[in-house]
Amino acid sequence: MGVANAAETSLQDVINWARKNSVWPVTFGLACCALEMMVASSATYDIARFGAEVFRPSPRQADLMIVAGTVTKKMAPMLKRIYEQMPEPKWVIAYGSCACSGGIFQTYSVVQGVDQIVPVDVYVPGCPPRPEGLLKGLISLQEKIAREKPGSRRIVSLPWGKNG
Amino acid sequence: MPEKRLLTINMGPQHPATHGVLRLLLELDGEIIVKAVPHIGYLHRGIEKLAESMTYPQALTLTDRLDYTSGLSNNLAYCLAVEKLLEIEIPQRAQYLRVLLAELQRIAAHLLWVATHALDLGAMTVLFYAFRDRETILETLELVTGARLTPSFIRIGGLAADIPDTFLPRVKEFVADFPRRVDEYETLLTENIIWKKRTQGISPMSGEECINYGVTGPVLRASGVYYDVRKAYPYSSYEDFDFEIPLGEKGDVYDRYLVRLKEMRQSNRIVGQAAEKLPPGPVTAVDAPHVVPPAKEEVGKDIAALIRHFKIMEEGFKTPRGEVYASIESSKGELGFYLVSDGTNRPYRMRIRPPSFVNLGALPKMIEGQMVADVVAAIGSIDIVLGEIDR
Amino acid sequence: MDRRAAADLLKEKFPEAVRGVEEFRGETTIAVDKGRLREIMRFLKESETTRYDLLVDLAGVDFGDESPRFKVVYLLHSMKFNHRLRIATGVAEDAELDTVSDIWKAADWLEREVYDLFGITFGNHPDLRRILLTDDFVGHPFRKDFPLKGVDFDKPFPVCLEEERGNQIDA
Repeated sequence: MGVANAAETSLQDVINWARKNSVWPVTFGLACCALEMMVASSATYDIARFGAEVFRPSPRQADLMIVAGTVTKKMAPMLKRIYEQMPEPKWVIAYGSCACSGGIFQTYSVVQGVDQIVPVDVYVPGCPPRPEGLLKGLISLQEKIAREKPGSRRIVSLPWGKNG
Repeated sequence: MPEKRLLTINMGPQHPATHGVLRLLLELDGEIIVKAVPHIGYLHRGIEKLAESMTYPQALTLTDRLDYTSGLSNNLAYCLAVEKLLEIEIPQRAQYLRVLLAELQRIAAHLLWVATHALDLGAMTVLFYAFRDRETILETLELVTGARLTPSFIRIGGLAADIPDTFLPRVKEFVADFPRRVDEYETLLTENIIWKKRTQGISPMSGEECINYGVTGPVLRASGVYYDVRKAYPYSSYEDFDFEIPLGEKGDVYDRYLVRLKEMRQSNRIVGQAAEKLPPGPVTAVDAPHVVPPAKEEVGKDIAALIRHFKIMEEGFKTPRGEVYASIESSKGELGFYLVSDGTNRPYRMRIRPPSFVNLGALPKMIEGQMVADVVAAIGSIDIVLGEIDR
Repeated sequence: MDRRAAADLLKEKFPEAVRGVEEFRGETTIAVDKGRLREIMRFLKESETTRYDLLVDLAGVDFGDESPRFKVVYLLHSMKFNHRLRIATGVAEDAELDTVSDIWKAADWLEREVYDLFGITFGNHPDLRRILLTDDFVGHPFRKDFPLKGVDFDKPFPVCLEEERGNQIDA
């Protein structure tokens, strides 16, 4: 029993290690924070050294959605659709004050925080946060992935029903 | 005989090449675009209405978020409009510094443009080179303003603070080094056969068409029309500087690229001249105590200065009734602010004339009849920023 | 050709339509009657003495309780003579204003924006529909009686995609 548990835990460790070191984001830059996200992927700040090098244009090939910028009510259905098109396991970083809580725009057309639409794993506040902030957010996400317990995610994720 | 129908495809708001949240509905006949309908508004935040509930200094912070590739230019346009309303004289040192900062921002914005435009068309190396140079500029700006992207440094009445001593040597070093960098981009792209095949002859616009569509900025100048707000209605002492306005001939994507590269060189010239000729003096208006907050040392010692500081930060200042329009030549075109004041301390109506919004209106004309693979080149060549289009 | 000359020219050619001329901070604003707006605009664009060929901006202003309620402002620029002119017309609440989008194509999107945010309709516009807000948005936000936070600001924002209702097995 102990041996099976230990095997399961170390298998989960290996899976977590593989998942956290190759998190591929989907390009979801909406507003000003998108520029800092682009800078984080360029030479000076280099997000590639953390494994998040390839920003996939298609959500079906990505596992991280960095919501960078203001989410408006017109854009919200698209955001939800992109989130649902991502396969499991998937994570969300809310980058910037507008994605965390609506920012300075308390108006009729802005969703006050992307967590009203999708579940968020890491919040990075700032207006805009420095690119190092995104790297810190990514590292925090990697630490969160490393802590995932065996059995918290299904082995096979099906596209309907209650999943994730 | 099989029936022939048109294919409608959606270039969705989430797309790596639309430079933000722009949606295009394209009706295709094979590869040729028959009809293109842009849908915008996915970033409409209501900035103009939000400004009506803020005082004039508070509304300045909203202007950074418009054209977020060059924050200081938006600050400058807004401050010019408010200062015109209030009729304040800005000292010459502040004007020269404003020119210096605005032109550095123009170079940074054009670098971002060339990086993303080249990336869309497949030349990925240019992105890394251009971002390296943009980082140099942003770090230099951060040295003086404190923020990389949303500085709010150009304030009503002058600047927020004077420049530190290390700023000018860094600027001069940058100015001396920059022409070599532009030569690097030219080596990579200008005579590149693939670049020329992808950009020459794509979406040409004639000068009259551009004027009819209200297009301004490098797109208009690439079609051969000599219109630049810095020369037509000079603001902030631009008439003291010696620079040229590059023009194109055919108005296609290649000409727009050449015009922007030449503009970067001219902006570099202006920055060099401003750094050389910078006069000493104050950086805020001397005869506007109700607008310019007092220096921090005084606020700590003098009760009158403390009260004045408090009133300016809390209540702002009252402006005379009337309406003004002030515009600058931003990197995208003519950015203007139309302010209607009703005599109180809040703008009654702040209308932003966004260059990218009007330029994008000409996009259907540009791409109808072209092939679908050229849409990306056309969108990139207009240089749109969705923050400014949707506000 | 300077701005005062443009105002005098308009007063001479359309005497009953010019309501007033204001000079403020070096800018000239000519208030005209909306009935003859198209003729005035076409004259300003095509006449050889004025040639205002660039429509720089088209803005709406809501004056709340005043009558007429709205003001639509056109900012024109002449490339040849290098000067600007502002034309303002008053529009009552349910009145219609003629489009100028066949005179300057730039007015196409600018008028759509004014319609979207203020609710002013433009007659004979080729495609008058909302441009910045969703198609099912209720109200015109830049009117002074529309609250800044809109309706239901404090309630959580519901997002429901059309397909999702059909696919759910255990909803």
